[in-house]
Amino acid sequence: MKNSSIEIKVCMGTSGRASGGADVLRAFKQFIHENGIEAQISKRCGYKKVGCRGFCSKDVLVDVVINGEKTTYQSVKPIMVERIVSEHIVNGEPVSEWLTKEDYESFHNKQYKIVLGPCGEIDPENIEDYLNMNGYKAAKKAITQMSRDDVIKKVIMSGLRGRGGSGFLTGRKWEICKNQHENPKYIICNVGEVNRPLAEGNPHAIIEGLLIGGYAIGAEKGYIYIRERYHISVERLHTAISQAREKGFIGKNIFNSGFSFDIDFSFGTEAFICGEETALMESIEGKRAMPRFRPPFPAQKGLWGKPTVINNAETLSNIPIIIGKGAKWYSSIGTKESKGTKVFTLSGKVKNTGLVEIPMGMSLRDIVYGIGGGVEGDKALKAVQVGGPSGGLIPVSMIDMGLDYESLSKVGSIVGSGGMVVFDEDDCIVSVTKFFIEFLQRESCGKCTPCRIGTKRMLELLTKITEGKGEDSDLETLERLSSLMTSSSLCGLGRTAPNPFITGLSHFRDEYIAHIRDKKCPAGVCTALITFTIMEELCKGCTLCKKKCPVGAITGEVKKPHKIDPDLCIKCGACFKVCKFKAIKKE
Amino acid sequence: MDKVLKKILSDYKKNEGNLIYLLQKIQDAYGYVPEDAVNWFSNKLDIPASKFYGVITFYPKFRLKPTGKNTITVCCGAACHIKGSDKILGEVKGILSLKDDEDTTQNLSFTVQKATCIGACSIAPVVILNDQVYGDMDMERVSKLLKGYEKEGEYTGFEY
Repeated sequence: MKNSSIEIKVCMGTSGRASGGADVLRAFKQFIHENGIEAQISKRCGYKKVGCRGFCSKDVLVDVVINGEKTTYQSVKPIMVERIVSEHIVNGEPVSEWLTKEDYESFHNKQYKIVLGPCGEIDPENIEDYLNMNGYKAAKKAITQMSRDDVIKKVIMSGLRGRGGSGFLTGRKWEICKNQHENPKYIICNVGEVNRPLAEGNPHAIIEGLLIGGYAIGAEKGYIYIRERYHISVERLHTAISQAREKGFIGKNIFNSGFSFDIDFSFGTEAFICGEETALMESIEGKRAMPRFRPPFPAQKGLWGKPTVINNAETLSNIPIIIGKGAKWYSSIGTKESKGTKVFTLSGKVKNTGLVEIPMGMSLRDIVYGIGGGVEGDKALKAVQVGGPSGGLIPVSMIDMGLDYESLSKVGSIVGSGGMVVFDEDDCIVSVTKFFIEFLQRESCGKCTPCRIGTKRMLELLTKITEGKGEDSDLETLERLSSLMTSSSLCGLGRTAPNPFITGLSHFRDEYIAHIRDKKCPAGVCTALITFTIMEELCKGCTLCKKKCPVGAITGEVKKPHKIDPDLCIKCGACFKVCKFKAIKKE
Repeated sequence: MDKVLKKILSDYKKNEGNLIYLLQKIQDAYGYVPEDAVNWFSNKLDIPASKFYGVITFYPKFRLKPTGKNTITVCCGAACHIKGSDKILGEVKGILSLKDDEDTTQNLSFTVQKATCIGACSIAPVVILNDQVYGDMDMERVSKLLKGYEKEGEYTGFEY
C-alpha cells in the first residue's frame, strides 16, 4: 500500500468468482502491465481480492481507490477493463454509466454491518489486513488479561445468542461446558450455508472467535465443521489457520500464557440433519448422522463423550467484537431479548438479492423494500419464508413485524440459519410448502417415527392436493400430523418440519380450499389444476404458439384463431409466454 | 487395487474408527466406493460390511456407481427452486440425453447431481460444474455452459 496510491479491489467471493471475478482481475493486471500504465501516471497499482460484500446481483463489483477515494463499478466484465483504466485511472474521469447506482447505496446504507463489515474491504488471504483492523487483539486481551470466567461473563452480558439454531445464550452454553470436570473439552465451529461468505470474506474473525471460545471453556482443540463443497471457504480458512499458526496465535503456549490451542478441519457431508448439534458430532465421529437423545447435552457429553460446545461461524465472528468493543456496546444493538445483528440471505423474488446484516428487530418491510428494493418486476408481495426450509411463511399482512427470536417464534417461524426467501403473487403457497416438506422428508434421518413417517405422510397429502385430488379431511389429517410431529419428534428437524404448513394454512387457508374444493390453483402453478385456452377474439392467427408448442397440441390456420387440444396439452406454458397478443388464458 | 487400499488403510489408522474418513479416501481414489473395496476393508478391519453400507447410503455424497469425468451439480435449494432449478435440471439431463433415473452418461463423461443448498442463494439458480460455480442460470446459459465442454474434451471457455 505504501508505494501505491491506486488500489483495485475485485470481489472474489463465490458469487464474484461465478460471475468471472478472476478474469476481471487478470484483465486489470494484464492491461495495466502491458500498457505501462504505472509508469505513465507515475503511481503504483495495488490489487486486492476481497470477499463478498453482499450485493451479489450486480457482481462483479470492482472498487477503484485513488488516493483513498473509492469508486465502485458494478457488473464488470473483462471487456470493460480497458475503458475503466484509460478513462478513470489515467484521466481521472470515472466511467459514470458503469458505476453503482442508488440501489447499491440503499442496499448498504440500511444495513448494520458488524460481522460483515470487513468482508469486501480486506483481503481474506492476508493476515496483515486483519491485523491492521485490530485483529487478534481481542484474543490477546482475553487470554493474557482476562480469566475464563471474565470472558464468559462478558459474553453473557452482551446477550449474544446462538445464530444457528434455537438461540441459546452463547455465554451460558460456554459456562455449562467450562464447569464440567471431565477433560479434554472440545469446541466446534459449524460453517453452514449462510456463514459461507463470512468464511470467504473474513476467515480470521471465525478463527479468533474459536480461539477465545476455546480459552473460555478450557478446550485445547477446536474443529471447523464445513462442507467440502464450499471450496473457496475451505481454502481461505485453511490459509488463515496456517497464517495464524505462523504468527503464534494458535499452537502451543499462545501469547506466552501457557494456553495451547489448535484447530482441525472436519469435512461435513451434504446432510441437512448435520445442522443439529448431536447429529453433527456423530458425523465428525464418522457415523451416520443421527441425533442423540438429550440430556445429556453436548456441553456435558458431546464429541467422543467429552464436554463440547458447538457454535456457528456467525456466532463466533461476533466474539472478538464483543471482547474488543465491550458487552455494553454490543447489547445496545437490537431488541430487549435479542441483541446484536443477524445475517440473512435475501433471495427469491426481490430486486436486490444478496447477503444482508441487520440489527435485530428490523422490520421485514425495511428489509424487503428498503434493502431489497422491492419485489422483482414490481409484482405484489405474497409472503416471506424466514429461517430456511423449516421456517415459517410470514404473509404480507404481517410485514411490519420486527425480526428477532421472540417475534419470529410467536408467528411460528425461526431465525434458523437466516435464509429469507421472498414470494410474489405468482408463487403458490401449497406448492411451495410441498417443496419444503419434500426437502425435509428427504433429509429426515429416519431415527424417530414421528419425523420419518410424518414427513412422508405430509408429503403424500400435499402432493394429492396439488394434483387436484385433495379432500376436506386431508387438511385435518395434516393438522393432526403437524401437531404430533411438533410435540414428539426427537430433534429440531422433525419438530420444525411442519412450520411451513402450519403457518401457510393459518394465513392462506383460502388457497388450500381453492385447491381442494374448486380444484383451482389461484397462482397458476400447479399444472394439474390449470388449463390453457386461446381466446378467439384476441388471437390473430400468427402461428407463433403453434410453432412453439413442443407436443403439437395447437392447431389452426394462418390469420385464423388457433385452438389448444386439452388432451394433448402438457401445460408447459410455452404458448402463454410467446403470445404477443395476450390471447392465451391461463386459469 | 491392493496397493491403493493399503495406503488408505495406513492413513485410516491415524483416524481409527472414522468410517466417513475411510470412505472419503476410497471415493477420492476411485471416484466412487467399489464393492470390492468395502469387502477388503471389512475383512481387514473386522467391521461388518453392513456398517459401511449404513454410512454410504446415509450420505448422498457417497456413490456406489462410477462417476463421470465431469460433474454437474444443480442446486435445488429453496431459492433456486423458485427461480426454476427443476427446469434447469431437466435441460441438463435433456442435453446429455439422460433418462429420469439415470445420472451418468454411458461414456462416463458426465454425472449430474442435485444439491440441497450451496449457500449462493443470491445468484440463484446455481449450477456447479467441476467445482466452479455458475450463477443466474437459465436454459440458454446452461446449454452454452455445456457446449463449452465438447463430448469428452477440455473446457473451451464460457462467456459470462
